[in-house]
Amino acid sequence: MSHLQFDAKLSEALRMDGELTRGPIPRWQRKAMEQGMQTLSISNENSFANKSGQNTPRSVKTPHSGSFLDNKSPGRGKSPSRSKSPGRRVPMLVVRGAGQKTPSRKTPATPHNQQDRFIPNRSTTDTERSHHLLVTSMEASGGDKSREEDEVSLQQKEYQEKMTENLNDGVAPETRVLSFKSKAPQAKEGHLNNHKVLYSAGKPTVPKAATTRHIPNMPEKVLDAPELLDDYYLHLLDWSVNNHLAVALGNSVYVWNAGDGSITPLCQLDDPDYICSLSWIKEGNVLAIGNSSGVTQLWDVAQQKLVRSMGGHESRVTTLSWNSYILSSGSRLGQIFHHDVRVAEHHVATLAGHSQEVCGLKWSPDGRLLASGGNDNQVNIWDSMNTTPIHTLTQHQAAVKAVAWCPWQNNLLATGGGTADRTIRLWNCTTGICLKDTTTNSQVSSIVWSAHYKEFISGHGFSNNQLTIWKYPTMAKVADLTGHTGRVLELCVSPDGQMVVSAAADETIRMWKCWAMDKKDKKQADSNKGHPISMLAQTIR
Amino acid sequence: MAGTKQETKNSITLKGSAQLVSEFFYFGINSILYQRGIYPPESFTFQQQYGLTLLTTTDEGVKEYLNNVLAQIKDWLEQGNIQRLVLAVSNVDTQQVLERWDFDIQHEPGFGPQSIKEAKVGSKDLKVIQKEMRDVIRQITASVTFLPLLDCVCSFDLLVYTHQNAEVPEKWAESAPCFITNSQEVRLKSFSTSVHKVEACVSYKVDL
Repeated sequence: MSHLQFDAKLSEALRMDGELTRGPIPRWQRKAMEQGMQTLSISNENSFANKSGQNTPRSVKTPHSGSFLDNKSPGRGKSPSRSKSPGRRVPMLVVRGAGQKTPSRKTPATPHNQQDRFIPNRSTTDTERSHHLLVTSMEASGGDKSREEDEVSLQQKEYQEKMTENLNDGVAPETRVLSFKSKAPQAKEGHLNNHKVLYSAGKPTVPKAATTRHIPNMPEKVLDAPELLDDYYLHLLDWSVNNHLAVALGNSVYVWNAGDGSITPLCQLDDPDYICSLSWIKEGNVLAIGNSSGVTQLWDVAQQKLVRSMGGHESRVTTLSWNSYILSSGSRLGQIFHHDVRVAEHHVATLAGHSQEVCGLKWSPDGRLLASGGNDNQVNIWDSMNTTPIHTLTQHQAAVKAVAWCPWQNNLLATGGGTADRTIRLWNCTTGICLKDTTTNSQVSSIVWSAHYKEFISGHGFSNNQLTIWKYPTMAKVADLTGHTGRVLELCVSPDGQMVVSAAADETIRMWKCWAMDKKDKKQADSNKGHPISMLAQTIR
Repeated sequence: MAGTKQETKNSITLKGSAQLVSEFFYFGINSILYQRGIYPPESFTFQQQYGLTLLTTTDEGVKEYLNNVLAQIKDWLEQGNIQRLVLAVSNVDTQQVLERWDFDIQHEPGFGPQSIKEAKVGSKDLKVIQKEMRDVIRQITASVTFLPLLDCVCSFDLLVYTHQNAEVPEKWAESAPCFITNSQEVRLKSFSTSVHKVEACVSYKVDL
């Protein structure tokens, strides 16, 4: 019987496609059993024995020890040759094959403990490459989602453990650092840190221009301006060709005669209303006054009489500009109206290019172009009475109040931005190209060009509240005029072009003789000056 | 008649102290957010507190976040689990931490989470506490003068240091401590409610 069993086992072992469970018990199972542990295939031998009866015996050529546990296997004393379980043991065969030919019943004895050993030949396997292939193929196939997640959280855990270990010198941490999972929303896009101006205000960034001219650093004259409104958007100062300086203080307008120093109160509004803008007609005898209720009034200054009152705006009129008989007015709502002051139906056009308060408005000296700056950070250039802008300049990052046309170069416009922008830009208004830009490190409230020098002056707010004279086109700084203790709100130039007057939030008006002319030049300028004839004098009265 | 002077008794319970401290955090954090320009100034509104006019956010998202976090902090304060609150300001683009406002919270000697059962109360005039809080907030306001400009879009995060055994609510997660490499530290004033003691300090990145 034992003979039959042996045959059966042998045939089992020789069947290459047989079940692996029929092979010898793997080493790990055997080890476990030795330690008295129950393993899954402990019944291996029994099943072997039971089944063996049904198996047809086949010719026997090679002995085989089916299982280590199988005590009945023949040749026990001689110790059968190494096992020959199908497939799995190939590497072993390859190695040992050379020394031991086909095993036979008379195979020389091999050490008992070698028969079930599987010793892989690592020298022939490239583990790094196979790992790489394994990983890349997993990645290519997308991998297992849940496994990936596990890996991520594992990594996080590991990182945290490392971190805490490092921080505590390897001691178990006593604290945990927690944070709320849903974070606070970020600031809106385009938000700029306003403190930038605080930090950059003091730095001199602009080269200083060489100048041979003496520029007094003290004001020629200081006038008190009580109740001067500290509002960036208003225009409360204007100087006429007749040498009259109009100033709006709260709700009243005063005219200071620069020739003899006399002061005349011109008008006063009823209480909640206040003056928002002033503008002299080119001829100098009529003053346009815009107020907070949206009405624009024309005053004859010599007679001290209200000539005309023009409504239309629904909000305060913050800026005015004359172009012969056309008066343009900008309001808080962003509209610009053209008023023809000669005719009864004065409102002739509406320019709707700004979405917010218009704070700078100037007609070019030749009367062809109108430049407007708004609180919506853009500058529009309008061609005479057209209602669509020819250029919309959006480079400024803040409200544009300072708008000034160059008197001696056509189509050259200077604009200055507010606190968040702090730059002065020069534009060619034919092409809409920005020719120059320079940062001033401070809010720009007003710009005025000199008629005699290739210079312009700008008024600034925090931190020095200074007036700065710039050279064109080098954009070099000629001089800083300091003295104001509040931000400069408005600048005007005297009719002779030598003096600049500045109104500031410290409720003073200061006059600076910054563009003094040589005597020779002055005489020439005086002789050229004709006697202006008022157009309105002929048309209105 | 010295004896007739009415004795005013100041008693501050653990709960009350937690309320005071979390309220202080609300105003302190808002002040930092405003003063450091992390949110636009127009999203803040004025509010009177500690005899100062402070700015508090009107942004709904930020408000909700602060309310959620501070409510939890209040709970932790009552349980005595919190050790430290950190406001970290970081660059949105690079995720680099630029500023770290650190509020170290300690129990005054004799107080702990058990004092709520013992009904132990602190004795300190509310006015004195508020004055101390005001001083800290004033220092936060003044810090603009020495802290470097945050010249980029920044975001903030609140980190809470708790005891290892503290309960972690579902919406909270462990976080890195957000330390700043190569930083400068400035200690601010501290205040005490006679139950909790809070020490403030700010560290900021120094560019070399």
